[in-house]
Amino acid sequence: MQHIGVMVVMKKNKKYISRLDIKNSVINMSHGSGGLAMTQLIDELFVKHFDNELLSQSNDQAIFTTEPGRMAMSVDGHVVSPLFFPGGDIGSLSVHGTINDVAMSGAKPLYLTASFILEEGYPLLDLEKIVISMAKAANDAGVSIVTGDTKVVEKGNGDGVFITTTGIGIVPKGINISGNRAQVGDAIIVNGSMGDHGVVIMSSRANLEFETTLESDSAALHTLVADMVNIAPNIHCLRDPTRGGLATTLNELALQSDVGVKLYESEIPIKPGVLSSCELLGLDPLYVANEGKLICICPKENADQLLSTMKAHPLGKDAAIIGEVIEDNNNFVQMKTKFGGTRIVDWISGEQLPRIC
Amino acid sequence: MKYIDEFRNQEVAQKLAQAIQNETKQNRQYNLMEFCGGHTHAIFRYGIPDLMPDNINFVHGPGCPVCVLPMGRIDNAIKLAVEDEVILCTYGDMLRVPASNRTSLLKAKAFGADVRMVYSTQDALTIAKDNPNAQVVFFAIGFETTTPPTAVAIQQAQKEGIKNFSVFCNHIVTPAAIQSILESPEVRDLGMVSVDGFFGPSHVSSIIGTQPYEFFANEYQRPVVIAGFEPLDVMQSALMLIRQLNEGRFEVENEYTRVVTYEGNIKSKLLVEEVFELRQTFEWRGLGELPYSGLKIKDCFADFDAEKRFNISKINASDIKGCECPSILRGIKKPANCKLFGTVCTPENPMGSCMVSSEGACAAHWSYGRYEKK
Repeated sequence: MQHIGVMVVMKKNKKYISRLDIKNSVINMSHGSGGLAMTQLIDELFVKHFDNELLSQSNDQAIFTTEPGRMAMSVDGHVVSPLFFPGGDIGSLSVHGTINDVAMSGAKPLYLTASFILEEGYPLLDLEKIVISMAKAANDAGVSIVTGDTKVVEKGNGDGVFITTTGIGIVPKGINISGNRAQVGDAIIVNGSMGDHGVVIMSSRANLEFETTLESDSAALHTLVADMVNIAPNIHCLRDPTRGGLATTLNELALQSDVGVKLYESEIPIKPGVLSSCELLGLDPLYVANEGKLICICPKENADQLLSTMKAHPLGKDAAIIGEVIEDNNNFVQMKTKFGGTRIVDWISGEQLPRIC
Repeated sequence: MKYIDEFRNQEVAQKLAQAIQNETKQNRQYNLMEFCGGHTHAIFRYGIPDLMPDNINFVHGPGCPVCVLPMGRIDNAIKLAVEDEVILCTYGDMLRVPASNRTSLLKAKAFGADVRMVYSTQDALTIAKDNPNAQVVFFAIGFETTTPPTAVAIQQAQKEGIKNFSVFCNHIVTPAAIQSILESPEVRDLGMVSVDGFFGPSHVSSIIGTQPYEFFANEYQRPVVIAGFEPLDVMQSALMLIRQLNEGRFEVENEYTRVVTYEGNIKSKLLVEEVFELRQTFEWRGLGELPYSGLKIKDCFADFDAEKRFNISKINASDIKGCECPSILRGIKKPANCKLFGTVCTPENPMGSCMVSSEGACAAHWSYGRYEKK
């Protein structure tokens, strides 16, 4: 009885005997057990850094009111390897990735959830770095991480940290963006250079280290999208070309809208460092992943205005019109090559590089 | 990109296209075989056929190492990984090549075999050092270009005493394959396929030089132009072949002078000679058993020969019914002539080896050239 009494006293004044030793500790199985060790990890790491009212209520769900209208919701699991790379880490990536998926509907993202799968033995110091990076990314984007989940798997059954985030946002009135709305004659615009993220991840891999000055383009695109839908509410399609790169995403859109695509290779922005790395590795930059890029398909008459709006935004300064939507029953994506010929830009086949995001 | 953009310049391409247009004779066909998959890939990736007159016909050759490896050798490799429980290291292209019974190294890996994709033989050595209690086998494939790095790895393993490392050698040599195509009844007697001239390999020739091709040019009276892998290289070489054919010459010319010399890379050749010797015969997919066409590890390095260490014996495996890879590899059929092409055989789900590597004729046709079918 006395034992229980002590517990009650402890809970009332000071929940934990000592603070989490972030510097020297690693994740152990009790951090996922549902007990005090887990609660302490959540309090002293996640709640502390994500720091918002809804999360601090410590409920199993976040309760909030929204304005009436259409909502957009998306989920994205992140398994990138390595966890830290030039220009970001799995934390910032997991925030940007889901914000972008929500924003590609034209929506303003409001809230995120985060689910962590942690591997036994993972250093708390590294986990803290990831959490701080997530918090910063969310804060910079004006989006709160309002509820979450923590699970721990035995050593060898995970690879450090996997993070799944869900996002929810509000679609402004009058916006109807969808992958099936591309129409013959539409212009195709991208907001900047292709392939940065994928090449950075490749260059950071243990068995493939080569030095570049490149950084991942990982970024939240919702403010750029807000400017775009503001100036051109009738944008037909938006999509972020992540895995499979520009080529694969355009094939998806062509199929979904039952159209063809004609690209002009000379107009597609690609950094020299990305081109050289791809040359070295025998890859095609059109198939390399991006994490801060979008493809916009819009009526031709809006293209120039949209382009200048995008160029005025820091995340769109290298924007370019790269092609047009054409009629094609085969839904092929074809490209006029810089060399003067024409070729198909096909779906990616197999796996160019696993665990890129 | 310096030293690369110059060889992809559109203005020069237009001028070359004009020169080719001017010099081709309207009353004949020019059937030019590109031996290498690298050329096949370049031809499609840059859309070169669009710039060529209709009477120039690119015939795709067997120079894709993944495509010509017989299925039985992949079955051997899978057996090593599954039954002998070795860590099997190989280049990425090999993973998806179909083996018998609809398996592949990738599928074996999914079922628990330890198959690892490496970018160099050095990666395989590192894996061996990191796993001293496991047997590590490097599944070596490729033409003369990839043989020297394998030789280096074997020598290094011997020098450093890395006892758990061995090589399953499938290296092959180019001249034997060219000879086989020219000797085949389809080319020589039946006239089913006419090959008027050859684009000679670029990377392979950087090792072996231009000298070995002189025999073919003389014996079979076909011009050979050693061509680089950039699109302007291919066009310039096409022009050189056209000129030879127009003038009735059959010489070995070298377009790729920035890399290839007459003797080749003597240091590499010596290195390969130290470690490897010719097999009496080796099976090629599509071409069958070719005498003196493959390499084996010399007896002085027998300790590092996986065939000896694991008693690897020949597995006779037959291609999937209807698969025309053997005919496509010899230039007798085009990918579109295969009933499986694009129906059940696609890069996503390859039935034959030519659909696997981006250098394979079928994959190149499917990925880049499909719109021509309309």
